[in-house]
Amino acid sequence: MDTASDEVDQEADRSRRRFIKGAVTLVGAAGVATLFSGKILEALEVPTSDVRARSGQDRRWVMLIDLDKCDGCGACTVGCTEAHFVPFGQQWIRVYEVQDEFGHRYFLPRPCMQCENAPCLKVCPVGATYQKDDGIVLVDHTRCIGCRYCMAACPYDARSFNWTEPPHTAEELAHAYSPEAPWPHRAGVVEKCMFCAHLSEHGELPACVKSCSKEMGNGAIYFGDLREDVVSNGVETIPFSKTVRDRGGFRLKEELGTAPRVWYLPPSKG
Amino acid sequence: MVDEEPPVDPRLLAPLQKTTWRFYALVGVLLAVIGWGVYAYTWQLRSGLSVTGLTDRVSWGLYISNLVFFIGISYGGTLISGILRLTHAEWRRPITRLAETTTVMSLLVAAVFPMLDLGRPDRALNLLLYRRIESPIVWDFLGIFTYLAGALLYLYLPLIPDLAIVRRWVKAGRMRGLLYRLLGGRWTGSRLQKRSLERSIGIIAVLIIPVAISVHTVLSWIFAMTLRSGWHTAILGPYFVAGAIFSGTAVVIITMAIVRRVYHLEAYITLRHFRNLGALLLVLDLVVIYFTLSEYLTAAYGAESQDLLWLKALVTGRYAPLFWLMLVGGFVFPAVLLVLRRTVAGIVLASVLVSVAMWLERFLIVVPTMMAPQMGSTWNLYTPSWVEWSITAAGVAAFALLCAVFTKLFPIVSIWETREAATPSEELHGVEEEMSA
Repeated sequence: MDTASDEVDQEADRSRRRFIKGAVTLVGAAGVATLFSGKILEALEVPTSDVRARSGQDRRWVMLIDLDKCDGCGACTVGCTEAHFVPFGQQWIRVYEVQDEFGHRYFLPRPCMQCENAPCLKVCPVGATYQKDDGIVLVDHTRCIGCRYCMAACPYDARSFNWTEPPHTAEELAHAYSPEAPWPHRAGVVEKCMFCAHLSEHGELPACVKSCSKEMGNGAIYFGDLREDVVSNGVETIPFSKTVRDRGGFRLKEELGTAPRVWYLPPSKG
Repeated sequence: MVDEEPPVDPRLLAPLQKTTWRFYALVGVLLAVIGWGVYAYTWQLRSGLSVTGLTDRVSWGLYISNLVFFIGISYGGTLISGILRLTHAEWRRPITRLAETTTVMSLLVAAVFPMLDLGRPDRALNLLLYRRIESPIVWDFLGIFTYLAGALLYLYLPLIPDLAIVRRWVKAGRMRGLLYRLLGGRWTGSRLQKRSLERSIGIIAVLIIPVAISVHTVLSWIFAMTLRSGWHTAILGPYFVAGAIFSGTAVVIITMAIVRRVYHLEAYITLRHFRNLGALLLVLDLVVIYFTLSEYLTAAYGAESQDLLWLKALVTGRYAPLFWLMLVGGFVFPAVLLVLRRTVAGIVLASVLVSVAMWLERFLIVVPTMMAPQMGSTWNLYTPSWVEWSITAAGVAAFALLCAVFTKLFPIVSIWETREAATPSEELHGVEEEMSA
């Protein structure tokens, strides 16, 4: 009985040695492969560091929306939709009609908040959503897998999905796609307002700002650089932080800690 | 050595030897349902997800509910069989194989659903190429495949000695013969092999439990990590895990009843098994009711405005009929049934109600939260389309088909483990040795 179990032990020992040898070889091979993984990724053309985030400019873009001036005309939505060929059914800047607890009604335009601590960015499994160093949150439609987790995560309903192939125009298709100017549009990916990243980097105001001032003469939307501390609606340029302080400016859902880059000035007129 | 062993109970090998027309009819029906689901999916591939009832505001629906449901029912095998093995509950022996089978098959089905939900399935490989470990979806991806690997091992290891028996006693065609040889060809039943096998099973039975718990926890974290009412709560992890064992146990009981009836295994799967698992189901039922109460009462009493909106959808709004059906018909009534009707029929009926209620529970976690308005005041409506229902039916059919085919290829009651139960003294001896060491 004893010798039999000894033999079993010895055989078990030999088999264990064989296994450990095999395992060590395998782990070693995996280690070597990891060492060269940079090269392998390069060969597969996967960027190993995020070059997309560099804007080449030292900016912190912000938006200031004066609810006192907004009459809910929707020119911002129309201007945005036309400028970016936004697919039917989507509103990258949407105007909500809100009623406060005293029955007073006012309008609330909602672009993407470009949150500093963006919940959509945190949850993206493939890094299709990323933040440029100027603070703008962009979506790379060539990488998005359409899982829509970012839509579930966004507290401001700022994101839309292309549920089917959007209808195209020749003008839209002629444009070269980039995350800063994300068209032609395509099916199966998530889209949103990108603060007109393609315009701001050339010193131009976003499409919604221009529409609001030009078409209706309201000038309710201001845009600018937090570092310069001034914002402009295309007609006038006003100090930013002082205006926010003096007029009781606020951000939407401040308590969530998302730190939006869009401030609002409260409506005061009745 | 094999010759010295007592001949195998023919009832255990019969399903592998004889196949009735009824089985082929069942396979035909299941394949038809799956085929219809595949057709629906090709429809979706052509026209995009616009063929679903999903919208920009309710952007997750049936597919994600099904993912959570099928991952949930996979718990039956792992936890029942794992825990019963570790605690040396001798009565477990005839049902462990069956429980582990439901685990693997439901996981295989579950893993497909997130793929069906993708807007760009052609880019699924991006999950590997560009994976961001910060995203709960990636935790989930890693978790599900680790769990699947573990569950396959846990099903396979105890199968090895039976494969030798099957090769010896069942006349199989060339393909099946090759399958048995590939999977269990080197098993001789030597002492060394037996010892290694039992150790391996012991290790995997311990490991699979934390893996299973972590998988359903990270699945709940997909929801809990967002800032939405009804999702963003610390209870969601344990709530998901408890619901998973609950629904998993119910599905194991239903599978037991079917296998017992169809293959005449009353001598192996007895009233005792139903009663023991029925008692477990009752305890889990109470745990789930407790979690449900904790979750909804906390939100209702605190009465934050966003929480109230979401609660309204459940308690008095659009989904109130489903919510109360789940709570009364699927949680409370089965508990009463499990106390008062301790027959096979009573316990199986309770299990069917529980399975349906747990599917509803998954749906009611995913959808109403997205229905409640976050901006403005318009309720977001969602009605699943025929495509989503067809694919859901195909998922259920695929689960049934995988289990049915498994019973035709492998003994659904573990032969060597039930045989060992006849000589309990050896096991007792082993335990004493361990204790004195």
